[in-house]
Formats: sequence, structure tokens, C-alpha cells
Amino acid sequence: MKFQARVFVTLRPSVLDPAGTAIKSALNQMDSKVGGGVESVRLGKYLEIGLEAVNESEAKQQLDQMCDRLFANPVIEEYRFEIQA
Amino acid sequence: MKFGIIVFPGSNCDRDLATITQGVLHQPTKLIWHQESNLDGIDVVVLPGGFSYGDYLRCGAIARFSPIMSAILAHAAKGKYVLGICNGFQILTEVGLLPGALMRNRDLDFICDRLPLKVVRNDLAWTNQYAKAQTISLPIAHGEGCYYADSDTLERLQDQDQIVFQYCDSMGEVSSASNPNGSLANIAGICNPQGNILGMMPHPERAADPILINSFYSKQSLDGGTLFTSLIKSSELLLC
Repeated sequence: MKFQARVFVTLRPSVLDPAGTAIKSALNQMDSKVGGGVESVRLGKYLEIGLEAVNESEAKQQLDQMCDRLFANPVIEEYRFEIQA
Repeated sequence: MKFGIIVFPGSNCDRDLATITQGVLHQPTKLIWHQESNLDGIDVVVLPGGFSYGDYLRCGAIARFSPIMSAILAHAAKGKYVLGICNGFQILTEVGLLPGALMRNRDLDFICDRLPLKVVRNDLAWTNQYAKAQTISLPIAHGEGCYYADSDTLERLQDQDQIVFQYCDSMGEVSSASNPNGSLANIAGICNPQGNILGMMPHPERAADPILINSFYSKQSLDGGTLFTSLIKSSELLLC
């Protein structure tokens, strides 16, 4: 079966995100009707993966390993993914 | 002492290193393409600075899966020397040979500068020719050099004396004011508990060639060369 996965990699809440902070201050400085209310920004990564696996649980297992070993660094990041056949 | 310098696509300090180890210090040196799998006869593996695989995904993340990596892990497990400089340090943390991670600099800027460092340990093969707590000067050039580890890991690093270099001011004072990139505990370089694996963001190979002294770089030092001569000295002592 073919699957399409959407993987989201984000910094752990305990890790500072200087890029997210810079984006937040840019938002706060733009038109106050648009960005004035922004209280926090965290910058992450988004990946789209097409893969072939025998079933959904096998695909999920593979994705977990891809995330653990490559997409996310467990020291600083966490991940979640959505999968569709 | 035979040096093996690993060359990844995007490495750019590999030849600088060979210029020091072979050209200045007359040690046999081999440039080893990352697709190779053999480190026989190599005493010191060096992972050079640069942008391996374009720093895609995360700095050092993709280099971890290079074919040469299993030979490097075996080399390290035997207690042999492994040195990671800048991008090489990032690779060592990604592959798990050193704890923690290197993140985007606190102020988001790429820093290219020459900074004072405190030599925290001079009892290692890497540092035996420095004085204890000596203040040295080395170049740094990185955008992702902010050392991070969770509090347990940081405590363990301190308990086991794994911090080798710290950013300091010209008087040797380690403080937040002398921290260029937001690294925890001003960490510029750490080793594993056994001391055979060293990772550091500063570039010792860029401060090791006498030809650069008295040039227009008035702040130039040879403090980086001491790291390599320490290593050679320690191997000579073992032979005696």
C-alpha cells in the first residue's frame, strides 16, 4: 500500500527558540491589528513523505524510526506525524 | 602519529587541517572520503569543519549516515583518538559520541571572530602542552554553535570533568558577558569521560601555521597548534 505522511518536528518546550522569538517580535511590530496579539511563536520543520508499506501499522513503525533516527534530534526536538493511505 | 581527515561533501576545513598535520607538523596524513569504510593504521580521526551535506535538516544530521561512520564508531570504541572541529563537533553530537546538541546561536548571527578561551583541562592528550586554566585565543566561525544539553547531562559533564574549553574574556573570566553564542556553561569544547573523543567549535587548525604570524592578522596566535603538538607529545611519551 502507498501512504502519504506529514511529519512535524518541533523544538522541545524546554529549549529556547531564538528564531521563533525573532519572528514573534517582527509580528508584534507589524500592523497591530494583525500581529499585535501574538504571544508566542515556535519555529519547526514540516516534511511530506511518500512511502510504501504492507499496512498502516507497518508504515507508522517505519515513520517512527525515521523520526527517531533522522528527522528529529531527541536532545532538542520532538515530532508527531499524520498518515493517509 | 597518523591522521585521517574525513571528507564529507561540503567539508571545507579538511585541507587546512592537512596543511597543519602534514605540512607544518610533518605527520603522515590521509584525506578519507566519506564513502570509504577503512580506517586501518589511522591513529587520529579528524572530522573537519564545513557544511557537510549543506547542513540540510540539521547540522551534522546526514553525515551520521555516511558509510565511514561505522568505522569511526569502532575506532572510538577502541579508545583511539577522535577530534571533531566545528561541523565535526556537530556530527559527533548527532552520532551520539558526545552528549548534547549544537543549536542556532543565541543572537541568530553567524559569528566569525577570534576569541579568548579558557583551557579547563590540561591533563588530556589533546591539551597537555597548555597550562591549567591558561587563556588562549582561537578563531570561531559558526552559526550553530550554541551548546545545549538537558540539566542532568550538563551536571554529568561537570561532575565528570568533561568540559575542556570555555569561552572567557581576555582576563580568563568565564561569564555571561564573554559568551558569544549562548552556549550553556560557556562550553566551547567537551570530551567523553575517557577523554579520547574531543569536540570543539573553535578552529585550532586556523591558529597553527607560523606563516600567519606577523601577517596582517595582528591578533593571530599559534595557540591552536599546541593542541596538535600536545597530541604528538602524548604519543611520544607512550612510545618511551
